[in-house]
Amino acid sequence: MTKELMKGNDAFAEAAVRAGVEGFFGYPITPASEFLEYMAKRMPELGRAFLQAESEIGAIHMVYGAACAGVRSLTATSGPGLSLMSEALSYIAGTEVPAVVVNVMRGGPGLGNIAPSQSDYNQMVKGGGHGDYFPIVLAPATVQEAIDHITLAFDLADKYRSLVFIAVDGNLGQMMEPAELPPMRVLPEEPPSWSVYGAKDREPNILTSIYIDPPDEEVTNIRLLRRWMEVEKNEIRYKEYELEDAEIAVISFGVAGRICSSALRTAREEGVKVGMIRPITLAPFPTEAIRELSKRVRRILVVEMNTGQMLNDVKQAVGGRVPIEFYGRIGGITPLPDEILEEIHRVNQNTEDIADGQEKVEWLERLEARIERGDQ
Amino acid sequence: MIEMEVVYSRPESFTPTTTHYCPGCTHGTAHRLVAEVLDEMGIREKAIGVAPVGCSVFAYDYFNHDFVEAAHGRAPAMATGIKRVRPNNTVYTYQGDGDLASIGMAEIVHAAIRGENITVIFINNAIYGMTGGQMAPTTLPGMRTTSSPGGRDVETMGYPVRMSEMLSTIDGTSYAVRRSLHNPANVRKSKKAIRRAFEVQERGMGFAMVELLSSCPTNLKFTPQQALDFVGDQMVSYYPLGDYKVAPEVKALKV
Amino acid sequence: MALKGTIEVNHKYCKGCSLCVEACPQNVIALDMEHLTPKGYHPAMLIDEGCTGCAICAVVCPDAAITVYRESRKKKTK
Repeated sequence: MTKELMKGNDAFAEAAVRAGVEGFFGYPITPASEFLEYMAKRMPELGRAFLQAESEIGAIHMVYGAACAGVRSLTATSGPGLSLMSEALSYIAGTEVPAVVVNVMRGGPGLGNIAPSQSDYNQMVKGGGHGDYFPIVLAPATVQEAIDHITLAFDLADKYRSLVFIAVDGNLGQMMEPAELPPMRVLPEEPPSWSVYGAKDREPNILTSIYIDPPDEEVTNIRLLRRWMEVEKNEIRYKEYELEDAEIAVISFGVAGRICSSALRTAREEGVKVGMIRPITLAPFPTEAIRELSKRVRRILVVEMNTGQMLNDVKQAVGGRVPIEFYGRIGGITPLPDEILEEIHRVNQNTEDIADGQEKVEWLERLEARIERGDQ
Repeated sequence: MIEMEVVYSRPESFTPTTTHYCPGCTHGTAHRLVAEVLDEMGIREKAIGVAPVGCSVFAYDYFNHDFVEAAHGRAPAMATGIKRVRPNNTVYTYQGDGDLASIGMAEIVHAAIRGENITVIFINNAIYGMTGGQMAPTTLPGMRTTSSPGGRDVETMGYPVRMSEMLSTIDGTSYAVRRSLHNPANVRKSKKAIRRAFEVQERGMGFAMVELLSSCPTNLKFTPQQALDFVGDQMVSYYPLGDYKVAPEVKALKV
Repeated sequence: MALKGTIEVNHKYCKGCSLCVEACPQNVIALDMEHLTPKGYHPAMLIDEGCTGCAICAVVCPDAAITVYRESRKKKTK
C-alpha cells in the first residue's frame, strides 16, 4: 500500500473502519468532530451503524450496548466529552466488554479551549470513572502511529476484554501527514460467545457490572487486577532514542515527545549526550524501563503539555535515584523545539541536586519569565 | 373421566427463579406479561433485554433470554447501540419512573425522537423503590415520601411528569400508551398493549412505549390490595389510561 | 353449568400477597395459615369447590406461581 497525505482525524476514522468497527456513536466536539463527520459518510456506505447521539453520555452508552452485542465499536471525543462519558467507562470496565475511545485532547479544565494539550493524562491513565479498574492508554506521536494504534487498540480490547483509550494530542487530529492505512479487516461471521445476540440453543448471556454480594465483587476486582497484571507483563510499549551513551534522558509522550525528538537531534549535533524514552503505552506505564534508565543517566527531564501529570509516574519509577526536572507548556500551548533544546542544554549543565517538588517551582519560574519576556 | 387442560402456566420465557420483589409488587406482574408475550410471539430466542437501575435491576435473573444491565437511566441509549448493530434481535428496555423519567429523561426522549426501533416497558409506581421510598418524578402532589416528608409540594418540588403524553408529541414515537396493573381487566389490557408494542418492533415500525401504572406496597406502606386500590383510585386520575399515540400503521396492525 | 377448574400454587414462588384471594370471583382462594413456604410465607390455596378455571388468580399473580386447570371443552369422542 502506498502512503497518502491524510488529515489526522480522517485517517484515524478510516483506520477504525478498516479495523472492523461496526458501530460508531459520537457527539460533535472540537477538535474531534472530523472523526464523526468522516464516519457519518463512511459507515452507511458499508452498511454499518453510525449515529450522532444526543450527548456524549448517550454516545458512550450506545458504544457500551454495541460492545455487549459483540461488535467492535468506538467513539471519538475530547476532554469535556470524556468527562461526561466517565460513567459508562466505569460500567464498560466493570462489565468486562471491549471498547475503544479516541480522545483528541484539548486545553482545560472546564470549557478550556480547543488548542492541543495533554492534560487528560490523569483522566485516562488513572481511570476517570468510579471503582477499581485499569484502562489501557495508547499515546501516538504521529498520524501513522495513531493509525496503527487504532488497530492495536481493538486487538488489545478484544484480547483482554478491556477499555482502551487512544490519547491523541489535538495537533495530530488536525495535522496532515503522509500515512499508510491498514487493509480492510474481514468482519467476523460469528459473534463472541460471551456477547448478547439471542439465546438460541444456549443458556442466556447476561452482561452486568453489578455484584451485589461483596465476595462476588471482590472476586471480580481480583479478576480485573490479574488481567491487568497480564497486560502489564505483555503489553508495555515505548520507544527509545539514542540511549546507548546518554548521560541525560528526556521522557515525554505523544506530540510533546515528537517535538523533544527533534530537539534531541539538534542537541546531539551540538555534542550533548542526550537520549529519550517515549512511552507509547501510558498505561501500562514503562516503569521498569525508566527504572533501568535511571541507573545509567545522571539526570532526567520530563516534558509534557500539562502541569506534570506523567511526572508523578516517572518519579515513582525513578525512586529518587537521579534528579528529575520538568518542563511543560499548558493551556493549549505546544512547546517549540528550540524551547526544549534550551531546556536540554540547561539540564545538561545543571549538576545541582533537586528536592522533590522543587522541579515544578523552578519550572514555573522559568515559564513565567518566558511569558514575561513575550517569547512564544 | 373428566379431562383437565392447562389454561394457565408459568411462561417459558421465565427462569425458575423466585423474584426478589416484595409480596404483591406488580413488577412481577409486568415481568410476567412481557414473558407471556415473548412466548406467544415465539421471540424469546432473539430477545435482548436491557435492565435499569432501580428495583428491577435484577430483571435479568428472571427472564430466560439474553440481558444486559444498563447504568441508571441509560437503557434506551444502550438498547440503541444493541439494536443498531443487531437489527434482527428484539431489543427492549424495562425501566422504572426514576430511571426513565428523571435521570434518563434525555435518553428516552431522544430514543423516541429517533424513532428507535425498540420496545420500552415503563413502570410508573410514583416512588423510588430500591433506594427506599424517595420522591419520584411521578410522585403525586401531596404524596408523602421519605424525601418529601411533608408531602410533595409542587411549588418547590415540581409537578409529576406524564411521560406517555410527553412522548406522544414526538414525531418519532409510533406507539405510546398508558395502562394499569391494578385489577384483572387492566392487567389483560396491559398485556395486549405490550404485545402491540413488541409487534411494532417486529415490523420495524419504530419506537413503542407502554407505561404501566404499578404498585409499591412496601414504600407506600399499604397491603398489596390497598396499594392496587391506590393505583386505581389515585394514580389513574392523575395519569389517565389511554392510547396517547398510535401511528396509523400501528392502528392497522392486527394483534 | 360452569366448567370445573382447579389451581396449583407453586410454593417456591408464592409470597402470600393475597392478590389472588382478593381477585377470585368465586371466593374460593385463601391463604393457608397452617403452612409456610420455604421463604416463610403463608401460600395461597383453594379452599372450596367452585373454581371455574377462569385464571383470574393467575392474571393478577405477580409471581407466576399459579397453574390453572379446567375441564376440557372437547367433546368426548367415545
